[in-house]
Amino acid sequence: MRDLSWGHGTYAAEFASADELAAALRVLYDKGYTRVETYSPVAMTNAARESRSRLPIAVFIAGLVGGIASYLIQWYANAYAYPLDIGGRPAHAIPAFFIPTFEGTVLCAALAAFFGVFWLTRLPTYWHPIFEIEGFDRTSVDRYWLAIDASDRRSGPDVTLHDLRALSPVRVVRLEATNA
Amino acid sequence: MSTTVRQTATTADTARERWPLMRGTRDAAQLTDHLLRPLWSSSPVWGALLAVSCVGTALFVFTITWTVAKGIGTWGNNIPVAWAFAITDFVWWIGIGHAGTFISAFLLLLNQRWRGSINRVAEAMTVFALMQAALFPLLHLGRPWFFYWLVPYPATMNVWPNFKSALPWDVAAVTTYFTVSVLFWYLGLVPDLASARDRAPTRGRQVIYGIVALGWRGSGHEWARYRVAYTLLAALATPLVISVHSVVSLDFSIAQLPGWHSTIFPPYFVVGAIYSGLAMVIVLLLPLRRAFELYDVVTERHLDAIAKLMLALGLMLTYSYVIEIFIAWYSGSAPERYTYLVARPFGPYALVFWIMTIFNVVTPQLFWVRRFRTNGAVLFLASVAILAGMWMERFVIIVTSLNRDFLTSSWHFYSPSWVDWGLLAGSLGFFSMLFLLFVRFVPSVALSEVKALGIELRETNAAHREVVRRA
Repeated sequence: MRDLSWGHGTYAAEFASADELAAALRVLYDKGYTRVETYSPVAMTNAARESRSRLPIAVFIAGLVGGIASYLIQWYANAYAYPLDIGGRPAHAIPAFFIPTFEGTVLCAALAAFFGVFWLTRLPTYWHPIFEIEGFDRTSVDRYWLAIDASDRRSGPDVTLHDLRALSPVRVVRLEATNA
Repeated sequence: MSTTVRQTATTADTARERWPLMRGTRDAAQLTDHLLRPLWSSSPVWGALLAVSCVGTALFVFTITWTVAKGIGTWGNNIPVAWAFAITDFVWWIGIGHAGTFISAFLLLLNQRWRGSINRVAEAMTVFALMQAALFPLLHLGRPWFFYWLVPYPATMNVWPNFKSALPWDVAAVTTYFTVSVLFWYLGLVPDLASARDRAPTRGRQVIYGIVALGWRGSGHEWARYRVAYTLLAALATPLVISVHSVVSLDFSIAQLPGWHSTIFPPYFVVGAIYSGLAMVIVLLLPLRRAFELYDVVTERHLDAIAKLMLALGLMLTYSYVIEIFIAWYSGSAPERYTYLVARPFGPYALVFWIMTIFNVVTPQLFWVRRFRTNGAVLFLASVAILAGMWMERFVIIVTSLNRDFLTSSWHFYSPSWVDWGLLAGSLGFFSMLFLLFVRFVPSVALSEVKALGIELRETNAAHREVVRRA
């Protein structure tokens, strides 16, 4: 699930524990909500319906490119541009080129994983509408939030608020639409 | 079901039942505030330690300046002992750097939950140890400002690094390891920096931690991507634990020198590296645990686990020592036999050899005893001995092999100069300074992981109580 678009406003509810949030999420999914996002201080396992990440494929391709590039650089430098005969060893020395190739593979794959995750999560993003909720800063400490985009098919001013209150959260908040 | 539970409760006597992974009555908010407290308040002890480490850093800067200004003739190195203290320091520091990735990546993939509260400290140690390590070969170049000659770039003279030599391999291995370690460390930090941002008492700190936290909000979307990336980085860092010190060992084993030319070197070096790294983790963790009262999250279980690992690695290292000597004898080669059977145990550096053997082989045997595995004083002293022993091991490998090689007429004694000692002491000072700054300004325990573990343990305990109640 993508992070919410926030174009139509949001209904958010606060919970005191991970269990309550997970239970609430199950209820909402059963009711047919789809545009729901969670916020939690710890990784919520199986809480949100996340699509399969594209990151591993990007990392694999980056590793492949890194490995091939590392090998080609060595081949160009030592076998093509300036071959040196040291003790009669072949200029194109495959076993010797293996180690920098391995390092190049790992380096490029790791860089792809690191920058890829920030690309996919659109971080750094220093402002987000949900930060406007008073007390949201406790989400990185011990509070759990759930937000429903107002554009959700099932969503409607009264229905959503009613559904959220039925989950007995700590409180329910309505965030107005922004242009973010 | 009920009988199984009863049996485990009465008969099994493992570390798992003996000590909890976490203890204490703090809830998530109290735990967060407790673990973040060092970020908001200083202590006189910390200030004093920082002052001492700054003096060490000044010594480092001074000896580096002296080396660069006057050349490496100021070191004790000679021909044939062209490698000595600097390479010993390099191999020692880089070895220490292995435990961080071992704990945070290797043990993550093996699903060892106890790593959660100590991985941050170990990762920081790795990054700082690698910074020390990289400086030594750089200085050893003699003209460090030409270090970029080791990097393949289109130079006007069309001269390239020789990739058939082990030294460019080293550059590739260390650069990659350092980069991946920093990325892994920072990625792990982002959610905790967000906690620091949200708990910061002053506006200035909010802004600073806010900038480095990148606007993390802990959404399900972020967490899902984050976990994938973190596991991927762990999987990528794991082969590096094995490869980096293997490549370092190739610097030696590719040469034909007796005492270096050995196929056991890569695994032998990797074992020694993780061994010394775990010892450094203990040396850093025990004072930290006391100073910041981390008894809730760093329990006897962690100390016990690290001590057991050190025992296992110590035994593997002992095996390597024995096999090296056996193979030297079995080879029938006179120079090999001389190096292992005469020069090392009875030559000019025999004292270093024997202290090394006692420290590295005998010390870890203490950890057969459960009481010693969790005794802070024993663990600390044993770890210091192991660290010293591992430094001596590299000294013995490098200096005893070089100072007496094939040609008796070229034998030469080596003794370090004050610059050599200054660089070693200075690197310890610089390392300590970086580590002290780290524990003061960066969350030194992985908050999000510890909290997740707390939730999971509560669930497990509740399930366990339920089973017992029904039984």
